[in-house]
Amino acid sequence: MPKWTMIEAIRDALAIALRDDPRVLVFGEDVGKNGGVFRATDGLQAEFGEARVVDTPLAEKAIVGTAVGLAMAGMKPVAEIQFLGFAYEAMDQIAAQLARIRFRTQGRFTAPAVIRAPYGGGVRTPELHSDSLEALFAHTPGLVVVTPSRPYDAKGLLLSAIRSPDPVIFLEPIRLYRAFREEVPEGDYEVPLGRAAVRREGSDVTLVAWGPTVPVAESAAVQVASQGISCEVIDLRTLAPLDRSVLKASVEKTGRAVIVHEAVRYAGLGAEMAASIMDLAFYHLRAPIERVAGLDTPYPPAALEDAWLPSVTRVVEAIQRVMQD
Amino acid sequence: MQVYRFTGDTKPDQVLNEAGEVVGSLPDNAADLALEWYPFMIFCRKFDERAQLLQRQGRLGTYAPFRGQEAAQIASFAVLRPSDWVFPTYRELAGMMYHGLEPVHALLKSRGHPDSGRMPDGLRMAPVQIAIAAQILHAVGAGWACELQQTDDIAVAYFGDGATSEGDFHEGMNFAAVMRLPVVFFCQNNQYAISVPVERQTASPTIAQKAIAYGVEGIRVDGNDVFAVYQAMRYAVDRARRGEGPTLIEAVTYRLGPHTTADDPGRYREAADVERWAAAKDPLVRLRLWLTRQGLWDDARQAACEEEAEARVRQAVAEMEAYPHKPLAEAARHVYAEVPEGLALDLAERGKEAR
Ligand SMILES: Cc1ncc(C[n+]2csc(CCOP(=O)(O)OP(=O)(O)O)c2C)c(N)n1
Repeated sequence: MPKWTMIEAIRDALAIALRDDPRVLVFGEDVGKNGGVFRATDGLQAEFGEARVVDTPLAEKAIVGTAVGLAMAGMKPVAEIQFLGFAYEAMDQIAAQLARIRFRTQGRFTAPAVIRAPYGGGVRTPELHSDSLEALFAHTPGLVVVTPSRPYDAKGLLLSAIRSPDPVIFLEPIRLYRAFREEVPEGDYEVPLGRAAVRREGSDVTLVAWGPTVPVAESAAVQVASQGISCEVIDLRTLAPLDRSVLKASVEKTGRAVIVHEAVRYAGLGAEMAASIMDLAFYHLRAPIERVAGLDTPYPPAALEDAWLPSVTRVVEAIQRVMQD
Repeated sequence: MQVYRFTGDTKPDQVLNEAGEVVGSLPDNAADLALEWYPFMIFCRKFDERAQLLQRQGRLGTYAPFRGQEAAQIASFAVLRPSDWVFPTYRELAGMMYHGLEPVHALLKSRGHPDSGRMPDGLRMAPVQIAIAAQILHAVGAGWACELQQTDDIAVAYFGDGATSEGDFHEGMNFAAVMRLPVVFFCQNNQYAISVPVERQTASPTIAQKAIAYGVEGIRVDGNDVFAVYQAMRYAVDRARRGEGPTLIEAVTYRLGPHTTADDPGRYREAADVERWAAAKDPLVRLRLWLTRQGLWDDARQAACEEEAEARVRQAVAEMEAYPHKPLAEAARHVYAEVPEGLALDLAERGKEAR
């Protein structure tokens, strides 16, 4: 099996989808000749032609809005928003249009488009290039929100997303694009949407993370293991709809939870996770749930991002706090 | 049935042709202007090259080079007053420095320093805009304010060819036209939006002609010709000050460098093309040819000027490296007028980490 980075795995998933289904269309800004600013679409235009891998004008609202129409009309659009911060430009088309077609038409029409976007910090980008906006999408009924944390999942989840009957917002952590390699099968396979993964089994604390914070949680788990604290690390993978059963089973076992995400804390998905855990396993809880998140400010300029982002140290401290109770 | 088709000439207005010969009407004080602009252009060129180098050395973060576009920027900013509103993008550093932004400040953005967004008090200049075309609407709003406040200040939006694909551009043009606001829409058509050439951005032969659809005046000007840019901008700004409404200027130019330091232009354009633009249309070369022909410039002046520019760049870099760090806790004070309780608690809990 080849060892691939996440970006290579994503590119491979796109190639497989294009080969597998003539209705699949890949488009966005700079995805064609340039192969994408992160090279996620490298070589695809050369292989599949300009009609299927398309450089669009610089217009996010048009990119998402046409994806809605394409998908309604039976095509399989896989559109790229160059950086997630620029999805703000297309929020009307995403939240008020794409997400509602099925509900609005009571199933007469659907819009199973995939919107891919790099996101997350830690790579010293300019303003609006690092924002974690997953809560905006998870708060929008009708969207499936997916974020992988490793190459194997990225490929399998993206193939599932493209074949999903529902619109999928596919969020790719920039920091993990080239962070490490992993064995990835060359052929076609799917990782199911809506299912979390247990990355590490443990008995004292449940760490809930997704996308860029999964490795942070894993490192913290390794660090506290030497102090005799056993952490279970859950990688949510799909943020909406939520895999409730994994959360329930894990917190019933550990009785403690720390949620780690990069987005700002206030009204972030950590609050939803904490509330869900309360619903699912309140009587098993032995300590208040902790959240480790970004600070409640806009994503800061590069010189400040190390201080802003949830660090392994802060996760370790949160684990120690929940263990005191 | 009446079918409207663009039948006009796509050749941009020129005052100086590629050989530095006068083919249009010079501004009255052309020699004085040129003697002020040309040394500043040399400084900007060196600044730009140095910034790119600093990024390579890891002393600066992502940087968006502007070389090739100095004429479009400097000559257009030259028409503005400090009290006019300016809404720039990340690529307008040459013009912004000409307008009064300290070179050290111009470097702070790429340094990722929070103070980079704090523009000098004496200027009504917005921080550089990262979201393509968003500032166009802000300029329309500021122009509206100028009118409501009954001043003869105006507002200018700078943007690239790619920005004309965004809804914000179209909404801004239409809004300003309907309200007849004192706004100049200044598009630097540098031929590319990252890798996508202008032909894939618009099917209309020019960007200037889009003005027609909105009932605005449009001018297509050679953006590498300082005098032509100056004349066009003076026309547009004067119109706006007189209350005659908005103008769209398309300055036809070329980005000689990469889109940013994260970009490899070899993937989407031929080196020969770049060389052709650099050889035939470089705005610095053109102005120097004219100045020399006027007997106002020679090699000795050039050498002295380059040395001075070099020193100024060195000074800016030294100031940048000495510029004090600002802790997160301090930067975070500016999210609301008052620090919310939750944020204050969070900062306190983080303690020393928030530095
Ligand atoms: C709304 C938005 N979408 C995408 C981007 C990413 N991006 C940055 S610059 C750029 C190209 C801009 O081209 P143009 O408007 O021609 O200006 P230029 O960079 O050539 O000066 C793109 C796509 C962005 N900054 N903002």
